Amino acid sequence: MTAGLDGNALGGMLADVFVGDVTAAVATCAGCGSAGPIAATLVSTMQPGAIARCPSCENIVLRLVCTEERAWLDLRGISVLELRISDRE
Amino acid sequence: MTVRRASWRIATVTALRRESATSRTLVLDVPDWPGHLAGQHVDVRLTAEDGYSTQRSYSIAAPWRRTQLELTVENVRDGEVSPYLTEVVEIGDELELRGPIGGWFVWSAQQAEPVLLLAGGSGVVPLMAMVREHADQASTAPFRLVYSTRSAVTAIYRDELERAAGAVLQVDWIFTRQAPTAGGRSAGRLSAADLLVDGWLDVQRPAIYVCGPSGFVESAATLLIAAGHEPGRIKTERFGPTGDQR
Repeated sequence: MTAGLDGNALGGMLADVFVGDVTAAVATCAGCGSAGPIAATLVSTMQPGAIARCPSCENIVLRLVCTEERAWLDLRGISVLELRISDRE
Repeated sequence: MTVRRASWRIATVTALRRESATSRTLVLDVPDWPGHLAGQHVDVRLTAEDGYSTQRSYSIAAPWRRTQLELTVENVRDGEVSPYLTEVVEIGDELELRGPIGGWFVWSAQQAEPVLLLAGGSGVVPLMAMVREHADQASTAPFRLVYSTRSAVTAIYRDELERAAGAVLQVDWIFTRQAPTAGGRSAGRLSAADLLVDGWLDVQRPAIYVCGPSGFVESAATLLIAAGHEPGRIKTERFGPTGDQR
């Protein structure tokens, strides 16, 4: 297990699931209501998965497991995920 | 539904540079690399002969120069990946990597505001990519790098940073265990005094990037907020004290 990471480290795994970069997306915590980028969440990884916690209340906001053939993503700790959309990269 | 996986690319090691006793830069040739921004990272995947596979994230150390991608890797004792990259890999070897990754902890020359960079240990790597991009693009945005490392022996990029320091780049060294010469700042951790520096106060509203082990990032962010900097202007990237990253 690797603790003490942050949401920047989730970028590669999330790229398997989302179109475009999600680390810059702003997540509102379902626990305390604070909002911030996925990159600023507190992350522990344990292959083949990762858990991200809200930096304000430490509620689990995201759980992700990626195997060779399948991915499971639990976002119930996030009430709103705000992504920037553009025609340009 | 089947989602197509983000692609892994084959990178070939074309040069190796020793940066300190425990770190090394790998120059990689990646023919179909799409380019990247300063501050982004890649995931590197190693697969053993028995099929066991493991991956780690490493920061990109320099701007994109045609087909050359540079990673600087610090050897983490008992790590699974970094000892291989810092001690075993040879020129001509191939690695699997994917990226570029991360759209938040990035700097581009379109940003005109002053930039304060705080590095703890090998957390200097993505910040060095920003310093090099700043120079390559002849940006006039004032930069200040505060680089905390144990001693002159553990410092990465020391000669290049000494040479690059000048009108638009201020470099301040924080030696936490042993300061190299008498007369300068004495050895010790990053403190409030290191941040309360003329030209770099909260009123100048610098964009701030902090990268290092979790403990360093935590204490640096606390000092910055105590010094009046807005949390919204502080971007952080942390890697765990026991992690095998960067």
